[in-house]
Amino acid sequence: MIIYLLCLVLFCCGIYCILRKRNIIKIIVGIIISEYAVNLFFILTAYRVGGRAPIFSSEAEILNMVDPLPHALVLTSIVIGLATTALLVAIAMRIYEKYGTFDITKIRELKG
Amino acid sequence: MSKEHEKGMSLIVKTITRLTVGLILLYGIYIVFHGHVSPGGGFAGGVIIALSFIHLMLAYGREVAFRKLSKATASVFENLGAILFLIIALLGFAGGYFFLNFISKGEPFRLFSAGIIPLCNIAISLKVGAGLFAIFVALVLLRLDGESKK
Amino acid sequence: MMKGSIIPLFVAIPLAGAFLTSFIGKKIEKLPDGLGLFTSFILFVLSLSAVRLYNIHGILTYSVGGWRPPVGIGMVLDGLTAFMLVTVNFVAFCIVIYSINYMKKFTSKWKFYTLFFLMLAGMNGVIITGDIFNLFVFLEIASVASYALVAFGTERHELEAAFKYAVMGTVGSLFILLGIAFLYGYTSTLNMADMGNILATNGINNIVLMVSVLFLMGFGLKAALVPFHAWLPDAHPSAPAPISAMLSGVLIKSLGIYAICRIFYNVIGINPVMSSMLMFLGTLSMVIGGLLALRQWDLKRLLAYSSISQVGYIILGIGLGTPLGILGGLFHLFNHSVFKSLLFLNSGAIEYSTGTRDLREMGGLAQRMPVTSTTGFVGAMSIAGIPPFSGFWSKLIIIIAAVQAGRYGYAFLAVLVTILTLAMYMKVIKYAFLGNLQEKWNKVKEIPFFMKLSMGILAFVCLVVGLVAGMAFLTGMDQTFIHRASETLLEGTRYAGIVLKEIK
Repeated sequence: MIIYLLCLVLFCCGIYCILRKRNIIKIIVGIIISEYAVNLFFILTAYRVGGRAPIFSSEAEILNMVDPLPHALVLTSIVIGLATTALLVAIAMRIYEKYGTFDITKIRELKG
Repeated sequence: MSKEHEKGMSLIVKTITRLTVGLILLYGIYIVFHGHVSPGGGFAGGVIIALSFIHLMLAYGREVAFRKLSKATASVFENLGAILFLIIALLGFAGGYFFLNFISKGEPFRLFSAGIIPLCNIAISLKVGAGLFAIFVALVLLRLDGESKK
Repeated sequence: MMKGSIIPLFVAIPLAGAFLTSFIGKKIEKLPDGLGLFTSFILFVLSLSAVRLYNIHGILTYSVGGWRPPVGIGMVLDGLTAFMLVTVNFVAFCIVIYSINYMKKFTSKWKFYTLFFLMLAGMNGVIITGDIFNLFVFLEIASVASYALVAFGTERHELEAAFKYAVMGTVGSLFILLGIAFLYGYTSTLNMADMGNILATNGINNIVLMVSVLFLMGFGLKAALVPFHAWLPDAHPSAPAPISAMLSGVLIKSLGIYAICRIFYNVIGINPVMSSMLMFLGTLSMVIGGLLALRQWDLKRLLAYSSISQVGYIILGIGLGTPLGILGGLFHLFNHSVFKSLLFLNSGAIEYSTGTRDLREMGGLAQRMPVTSTTGFVGAMSIAGIPPFSGFWSKLIIIIAAVQAGRYGYAFLAVLVTILTLAMYMKVIKYAFLGNLQEKWNKVKEIPFFMKLSMGILAFVCLVVGLVAGMAFLTGMDQTFIHRASETLLEGTRYAGIVLKEIK
């Protein structure tokens, strides 16, 4: 149980980082942290007690394996995370080019 | 940007890179081709292939890396990967179902088995390898432009 | 060939369009336009034939790769899907026509079309899929493409808005993924029909409630309901006008509202708590969006805030849960897609000719730009709810449904916000089109042909839908096409049984 709660703590760290930090790069790091917390949680739901990695091999038959589906799903979500992060970093670099700062309190020309 | 920096890193790094970069590329290709019989596959192999070119760029500077794989070629490979993947899916569609595995499955644990999965892996590795390299190049070149303006 | 084999084409064709445009389109100048027009036209025709197929055969399913759901990925074509497909692909077709002229001022058109078709593929994928993780993947494809499209101009404001939108959108997606992880852990399946079956037998418990809240936060963020709306008024005006129209017209609906409908009605099953939550959030968005829109002077910002307000109407109608409420909500969804894209295209036309978005600087443009001002007038009258136009009927149905359900407070607020909407669009018409022509606009020219054509089609649809709906309203509406869409939602969790029966 404790391991699931640690995931939640990691997720909250990421959200805190997104909400509280002023530097754009730190916000991106916060997004990455909370993304990995969710991925970790998803992987943990696949675990079976005493299960082994879900890889078939010709030598030995595996009887008790962990659920392979979340692994495939998390791989997909990591790829999506890669795309989002690359896009965010590219936008952040362009912002630095235009505004000359990474501080979000100084980048406030639009008032949402 | 100083002129020495343009030419890349020190002699030690360059020598090690010259020795290892081919092996890294080969290992990436191995991972791609054995994606259906062992852990790995198109995405992991594609990342390793992209890393070998990024490695080259870090050690020797961008001119040498671009001579091996220019931006236009990377873009062509990326689109080729995507279109190849879509064509495989559409060929399956013509045979009845989207993504139908229409090639004979063969014997398990052989290199030539599992129908369309190795072909899909190759398409994915093209897309991922060229795409990751393009992302890296885009981010690095943008920074170079910004600095040269100052 | 089997009956349902049309279904995967809605994803395959826009993907092919996107990759072909980026592969060969950058070399030849005119090709992206032609390819874009061709692809979107095919999609529009296919979506119409999907409606015909649904009317003949009922619910159709498709299993990708020949793997039967719940093991493989399933795709489902039912009433709601067909309805959403027509809405999305019709608006996309009009917007592609408009972009032929409008996007000339940007340098790389092929990049625009590539991102546009990726976004369209994502939206169509969200609509047709029957698998919850597949829904998440398509949602992310559409979202990532839209982040890039908001930043398309790469000027100061575009970048700032895109960053804000991307950060909030990513957080929303994380909540959705967390919800999916919980649901998978609880039900051990990803197929939505199968999941609905298992949840219906197990009943409501704390995990399901927590998942509902996570989904409400995630999809609410994508749909820009009020506590989560902060990104929309920045992101939608910053994008180029066709993209603003696409984002406000269909993106927030297919990613936000469609997903909310599908998951809360067909997978989790609506319960009174959820229903009152949706109604409360809808009314809140309606009132706050309307009040904020009233004091804007930037035309596109005003339209963006008004989108929040109109999305509130749709959510209110759907949250009511009665047949009439859902019918009104879905009808308003279609109407809003049409007239909000029309209004955003209009604002783009004004910006194209005069170069300004500030209402105070315009005035008397009706004399110089007759087509723009006529279509703008039709759009504004529709959204404000003036009788012969389409917006009136859908709002009327929502208000009647609220009264019938005994929610007099919500019905009163809905009427009040209609007056607010009328006020804000009177402001647009008065300041932009009527009044004296200012000196500096004497040389303003009317927009090019394709832009006129696209806006004309949309305005025509507003008028025709209004007239047809009026006729149907007076004579009783049983077999209309939106009626079938709302039936799908009314099936509730019995949807699972119907879909699974079709698969076997």
